[in-house]
This record gives sequence, C-alpha cells and structure tokens, in this order.
Amino acid sequence: MPSKSNKTALKASLPKTPTGISGLDEITGGGLPKGRPSLICGEAGSGKTLFSIEFIVRGATEFGEPGVIMTFEEKAEELEMNVTSLGFDLKKLQKESKIRIDHVHIDRTEIEETGEYDLDGLFIRLGYAIDSIGAKRVVLDTIENLFAGLNNLGILRAELRRLFGWLKEKGVTAIITGEKGEGSLTRQGLEEYVSDCVILLDHRVANKISTRLLRIIKYRGSLHGTNEYPFLIDEDGISVLPVTSLQLQGIVSTQKVSSGIPALDNMLGGKGFYRGSSILVSGTAGTGKTSLAAFFANATCLRKERCIYFAFEEPPLQIVRNLQSIGVNLNTHIESGLLQIHSARPTLNGLEMHLAAIHKKVKAFKPRTVILDPITNLVTVGTVSEVKSFLIRLIDFLQGENITVLFTALSLNTVVNEQTDEGVSSLVDVWLQVRDIESNGERNRGMYIMKSRGMKHSNQVREFIITDKGLDLVDVYLGQEGVLIGSAREAQLLSETTGAALRTHALTQKDKEIQRKRMVLEAKISSLQEEFDSVQDQLNKVYVEEDLKKEIMEQNRKQLTQLRTSHNSDHGKRK
Amino acid sequence: MRKKEEQDLNDAGNSPPKEGAYVLRLFVTGTSPNSIRAINNLKQICEEHLQNNYSLEIIDVYQQAAVAQSEQIIALPLLIRKQPLPERRLIGDLSQTEKVLKGLGLSL
Repeated sequence: MPSKSNKTALKASLPKTPTGISGLDEITGGGLPKGRPSLICGEAGSGKTLFSIEFIVRGATEFGEPGVIMTFEEKAEELEMNVTSLGFDLKKLQKESKIRIDHVHIDRTEIEETGEYDLDGLFIRLGYAIDSIGAKRVVLDTIENLFAGLNNLGILRAELRRLFGWLKEKGVTAIITGEKGEGSLTRQGLEEYVSDCVILLDHRVANKISTRLLRIIKYRGSLHGTNEYPFLIDEDGISVLPVTSLQLQGIVSTQKVSSGIPALDNMLGGKGFYRGSSILVSGTAGTGKTSLAAFFANATCLRKERCIYFAFEEPPLQIVRNLQSIGVNLNTHIESGLLQIHSARPTLNGLEMHLAAIHKKVKAFKPRTVILDPITNLVTVGTVSEVKSFLIRLIDFLQGENITVLFTALSLNTVVNEQTDEGVSSLVDVWLQVRDIESNGERNRGMYIMKSRGMKHSNQVREFIITDKGLDLVDVYLGQEGVLIGSAREAQLLSETTGAALRTHALTQKDKEIQRKRMVLEAKISSLQEEFDSVQDQLNKVYVEEDLKKEIMEQNRKQLTQLRTSHNSDHGKRK
Repeated sequence: MRKKEEQDLNDAGNSPPKEGAYVLRLFVTGTSPNSIRAINNLKQICEEHLQNNYSLEIIDVYQQAAVAQSEQIIALPLLIRKQPLPERRLIGDLSQTEKVLKGLGLSL
C-alpha cells in the first residue's frame, strides 16, 4: 500500500527541528537535525548570532520549544537590545520562562590556571538552564571564546567533545557558532566535533554592494540544497531565498488575461497572455515600454484584480502623471487600493534585498499581476548572471503563486535578434520587442512578438502608436517599396484613396463612351434595317408584278383560246 | 556537601604583610578526583602560608547549580579570592603551588 510505505519512509528519515527561519526549512527539508548539535560558522558580522537567536525565539514563540542562549560574547542586555530592532522581545520571553539567556564571561587576565581542570562548571550551568525551563533548543554563541580565555588546549578540546556528546544525550537541538578561521571553517576546528550539520554564512561585497550568502556544507543523513543561498536580515529577521525552488513545478493556468490593448490581444491569438506567465517587453529607449506596462496594469485593475508596479526609474507620482497623458488614470486604482506603485533606485541595496522586498510586498498584497520596470537597471547592482538568477527566482516564485509578471528591459542595440542584456529572454514565456524604425526622417515604433509559448501568435510587425487616447497597434503597409510606417504609411494610404477616386472617375467616362458608341451603332443598325426593308420591298414588288403579268397573260391566253374555239363553231353552222 | 571552615582571625602573626584577612571560596564538583586534589592542595597551602588569617568556603556546584551562573563558573575546580580585592580566580586542582601562590598574591 503506497500510503503505508510513505509513512515508513517518513519515519526512517532523520527527525528535524524546524528553525522557523523563512526559507531555511525549505532548503534543509524540515530544519536542523533534531536532538543534535549543528555548527553555524562564518566571518564576523555574517549573522551567526542573529541566526541562532532567531532559531531560539521562533522555537519559543512558534513551536513551543523553550530555548537557552549561552552567549560568550555579548551580555544578555546587549543581546536583548540588539535584537529588539527585529521585533524579538527577549525580556518578555525570559519572564515567561520561554527562553533563558546566560552570559558567560571569561577573561584570561583574571584567571590563573593551576593544574588539571574540567569544564564541569559550564555543563552544570547549561544543564541547570535547560532543566529550569525544559529547553529543547540550545545556542552556544561563540563557544570558541573559551579558547581565548583558557590556555590548556588539550583539556578544552576533550571537554568540547564531551560537551557535544552531552548535548546529544540531553536530546536538545543545539546551534554552536564558530568564527571562520584561516583555511578552515572555524578557528578551532569545531567542525571536527560537530559533524551532523554544518552551515556556512558568508558576507560578500561586490561593487560596494553587499550580499549575504548561506550554504549548507554538510547535513548528515539528509538531502539538502547545496547551493549558496542569499539571505537577508531585515525587520522580520532572516529570510533565506532559495536560488531556485528545488522542483520545477507550479500551477499552470489556461486562463488568459488581456494585455489592455485589444490589437495586441489579437496578435496573441485573441485573448492576451496566459495567467501566471512571464512577459518581457524589450526595446530601445523611448519605445513605449513603460506605457505598455502601465496599460497592462490598468487592464488588471479594471478587472478588479490587484497589481503591484515596481519602478526602478521613476517615482510613483511621475508615472501617474506621465500616463495620464496617454489616457490612463492610475490614480483611481491607487485610491481604490487595487494598485501599488513602489519606486526604488536599484542601487538602494543589493539584488537580494530587492528580491526580498518584492517577495514580502507580494506576499502581503497578493496581487495577480506584478510589473518590474525596468530590470535593466538592476545590472548596476549585480553581474549579469546574478540578475539572471534573481529573475529566475522571481519568476519561479511568482509562477508558484500564479501571478502574471511583466518585465521591461532596455536593449542597448537595435539588432532585434540579439539577446536582451539580462539574458532572460529564454526564461520568459512571452517576449515582445518594441523597436524604433527610422525612415523618411522620422522615428516610428514597431512591435513584434518574438515568442509566445503555447499559443498561436502573429508573426507580423505592427506599428505601435501612442496617442493621447491610448495605445494601438496598426498593420504596417506592405507596398511595392517595402514596409511603410508612420507618415509614409499615411501618405501611401492617401495616394491610394486618390487613385481610387480617379479610377472611378475614369471608369464612368469610359462607360459613357461605350453608351454613346452603342447608341451610334444602334442607329446605324436601324438605318441598315430600313435600307434592307426597302430593297426587300423593291424586290418583292418585281416578283409580284411578274406574277401578276404572268397571271394576266395566262388569262388573256385563255380568253383568246376560248374566243378562237367559238369562232370555229359558228363557222360550221353557216355552212 | 558544603563545608565551611572558619578559622580564627586573631592569630595574624605569621600572615604576610597584607592588610585584612583572606576570604576564599573553592567551587568543586562533588568528589571528583580534581575536586579532592584541589581541596587537599588548598588546605595545605593555606596551612603553610595563611595560617589562621583566612576563611574558606567550599561549595559543591552540583548542589547549587544556580551559583554557577551568578559566579560565572566555567572551569572547575575554581578558587576565588574574594578578599583582599581585587578578586582573583584560579582554576585547576591547585597542584602547581607556585602559580597558586602567585595567583593569591602570596609570592615568596
């Protein structure tokens, strides 16, 4: 039975403790190994302490697992203050006996080593703290400070080994933090002792913009993502952002949404884009990419769906003003709460921060459409491949939520077939290219559909017209001189109309001529008929005369014959 | 197991030229070998160098776990010189007598 085998598979897998850190549990497949110590290492300022405190706080507040923080660096009060900005109220949690903070102070100058010793004091302290609140989670931050305070490395190493074993026996899920050392993960080689799960935090600055990265180096007995995952620290704590979701699965919709421009919908097979698809509008400067994006936003809002517009070039008010000039009133949508416009310079923070900000706003607002205008500027804060990875993750995320996303991108060249700078054209489902077409001393806009996955679409170039009433696509004129657009198209249309008028005129002339000819001909025909009739009459008259003559002559002959006969009888009688 | 050995402070004749009496606290863990050694070593040192000019409190941390936090205890056995100030901390079984004397400020 499949359900049973599933259950056994679940049982067999390593039990895990959810960290509650958004994104991390997804990468680790459930969290940190339950009842075992995990090592979090990284350089100073890489977020180790925060990571571990969030683990404890989330445990205490969300999973009902009390936790102990044993800090070797910061005092409890300092710690409390430092995490207040993240919304963690350690004081309150301590009062509620959900967490306990123990600051271990150790100073080499105050301590004289006079012989054999052990770290029983630490064990007792920790044990006491764990037992007093029934803790399930423990953080030791940063235990390596012991090495700074105590001299006898042999004892320390042996005691640490014993400590980790002891923690396992206690059944607490522990995080041990360690500072990154030269050539090794931690200065004191803690990774030798904590071998179940090792997570490395990194903090890199490229082009003066920092990115925090997290990588799971080791996770015994469990599948895990092996990539470097960017993560962020903001007012809600840590969020780890998977570079890609582990599977390429998502909701696929067959529903279509209008682009806001009927002519464009027609080009796309009549109804527009698929819901949840990604659309790229690329083109050179001033080709109307933002206008297209705004029309789509407008169409979304008109359907009473929500839309978020992320602008990287213009402030919201400027967008609203500019679009009013082409007949789009975004203000009403903003007021009705269907539209949000967020503007930020790309250089405000790193890509990851942008991504997280987008994530967060999307999660909060739950839009059906997201617009990013333009993505090109993001290259200023990251390399091309970083931007690509950013967009992959964004598209993955949005498609997972079945949100339609439209990007605009500035292409710096006018060669149509060339890739956009971000190389995202292969990621998107629909790619519209708007380009300048220069001819006859004027610049016009032409639009192509470069690709549109899963739908029949027009292969035609359309002229893309922006008027104060809105956007429209017009069929370009294909004349003998080639593709005509703009005023040339208008002129061609005009001359065609003129030609047609002239032709009609010419036709009527010819018709009249023919009419006249016909009349002449008919006149001629009737006169000939008359002539023929008269000749015929003439001829008939001769026949009749001859017949008459013949008849009369016959009669005359008969009479003559009669007369001769009677003469003869008379003669006889007389004799 | 809590021992408290208060010595008479009147006899200060042989005490080193330091004002006030020595207040010592020794933290141990039950009867572990280190603890026993530390107690023995300390007693010997005190007898030799402090005679009656000291008070010693031996505390079993197992029995008073809360004290471990309040006294910032990590390594055991731990000897704290509470008086005279400043506070001094010595860890280990106190077998290295020279270091103990130095730590207590009793250098010869």
